[in-house]
Amino acid sequence: MLHKEQAGFDELLARGQNNDKRAIGRMISCIETGGTADHHMMQQLWSHTGRARIVGITGSPGTGKSTLADRMVKYWLTKGYRIGVIAVDPSSPFTGGAILGDRVRMNDLALVHEVYIRSMSARGQLGGLSLACSGAVGVLDACGYDIVLIETVGVGQSEVAIMNVADLVLVISVPGLGDDVQAIKAGILEIGDVFGVNKADLPGADRTAKELKAMLDMNPNMGEHQPPVLMVSAERSQGVDELCDAILENYAWMEESGELLKRRNRRLREELLSYMQDRVYRQVLAPVIENDSFDKNIKDFLSHARNPYVWAGEIADRMEEKLK
Amino acid sequence: MAERKIRILIAKPGLDGHDRGAKVIARALRDAGYEVIYTGLRQSPEQIAAAAVSEDVDAVGISVLSGAHGYLFPRIIELLREQGADDILVFGGGIIPDADIPVLKAAGVAELFTPGTPLADIINFLRERYPE
Ligand SMILES: Nc1nc2c(ncn2[C@@H]2O[C@H](COP(=O)(O)OP(=O)(O)OP(=O)(O)O)[C@@H](O)[C@H]2O)c(=O)[nH]1
Ligand SMILES: [Mg+2]
Repeated sequence: MLHKEQAGFDELLARGQNNDKRAIGRMISCIETGGTADHHMMQQLWSHTGRARIVGITGSPGTGKSTLADRMVKYWLTKGYRIGVIAVDPSSPFTGGAILGDRVRMNDLALVHEVYIRSMSARGQLGGLSLACSGAVGVLDACGYDIVLIETVGVGQSEVAIMNVADLVLVISVPGLGDDVQAIKAGILEIGDVFGVNKADLPGADRTAKELKAMLDMNPNMGEHQPPVLMVSAERSQGVDELCDAILENYAWMEESGELLKRRNRRLREELLSYMQDRVYRQVLAPVIENDSFDKNIKDFLSHARNPYVWAGEIADRMEEKLK
Repeated sequence: MAERKIRILIAKPGLDGHDRGAKVIARALRDAGYEVIYTGLRQSPEQIAAAAVSEDVDAVGISVLSGAHGYLFPRIIELLREQGADDILVFGGGIIPDADIPVLKAAGVAELFTPGTPLADIINFLRERYPE
């Protein structure tokens, strides 16, 4: 599949910097594929990255994240920014297949030169998502996109995963959603830098906003910097400008206060750790473990003929010996 | 990282109302393990081709009920070619008279599925094109 595009990295990057969606699409696919081509691409991208503002949008299903993303992009376009959007949807744990439907809300943007939109599936594993997603962010960053928006559905643990790829997180709630309080309990409060109460055209939005503010006030982990809570109606394009401005103001605060650097430091550390785990596993461990005798070993363990933890310990010791 | 999945864009161009057929196909493809990018109703050929290129899909499946297939398919294929993406497979379904099928295939449509085609046929077609 990779042979579809014969162009080398420099050419692809130059084209991507010129908003060539084909080139950007190919680069991201290369990263999604993994393996040596991916590693090579990540290596070459690195020196071109570090400039994009990476903004995550998360919230329960159907809260209007994609519609809002569409409106935010339209506002930022008027400010002269180039914007990349990465929309992540969950994949089926059984088949690995997925329906990625966020584009439906952003169809107006399909033909806008300065906007690139990519759908991704969460492929079950959170680590896998983070690597592919931050790789895609890297491509857009290197191609000169000023803002990269990442939409993820805030269910289970994926809302936490957004912190592994975004600099700043916008958390979306809506009025009258029964599970709202639960979503808040689940730790979404801790990860939000800016809170949006979307669907403010519906009744009860101001109450939801008040409740959110009250909960944020009670949070002992918050320093002096309280995250703002803003009401917005994506559908009616009301409050979008204010929300976007609040995000960039917050971003500026993060830059000045050193918070941004702190977060990027933590993120790179974690990303490299999982990247190294992945590579060491594939290059060093998998050839030793995942060979024909693996199945036989498992049978022996299950019949209690051998002890799996003795086996695991021996392999680890042998690896350590080899490295000395 | 996991192997990359085959990605398929499902689009419903034209002005006619519903996208039930397209959604049924989208679900069947998801259940068969594909990554389906669904773009919804009333897409212009330009929007479809742009989305296919950005998403770097392997194939585009187009559902046409309006009778405009004679224009839509060749136009989308032409747009993909212009953007250097002629390796993206285009297939389709909908109400298409038998007589038009060879014409569309000659224009580069890989396969056409008329109403009543079992979903399994569509999946078999993709499996043949993209063996595991
Ligand atoms: N009343 C009202 N409805 C809205 C608003 N914003 C979005 N919606 C509607 O909410 C529904 C879901 O919108 P999406 O943008 O797809 O929501 P999402 O959070 O991206 O959904 P998932 O990606 O599936 O989690 C759609 O029917 C939208 O039209 C709003 O401001 N007010
Ligand atoms: Mg969405």
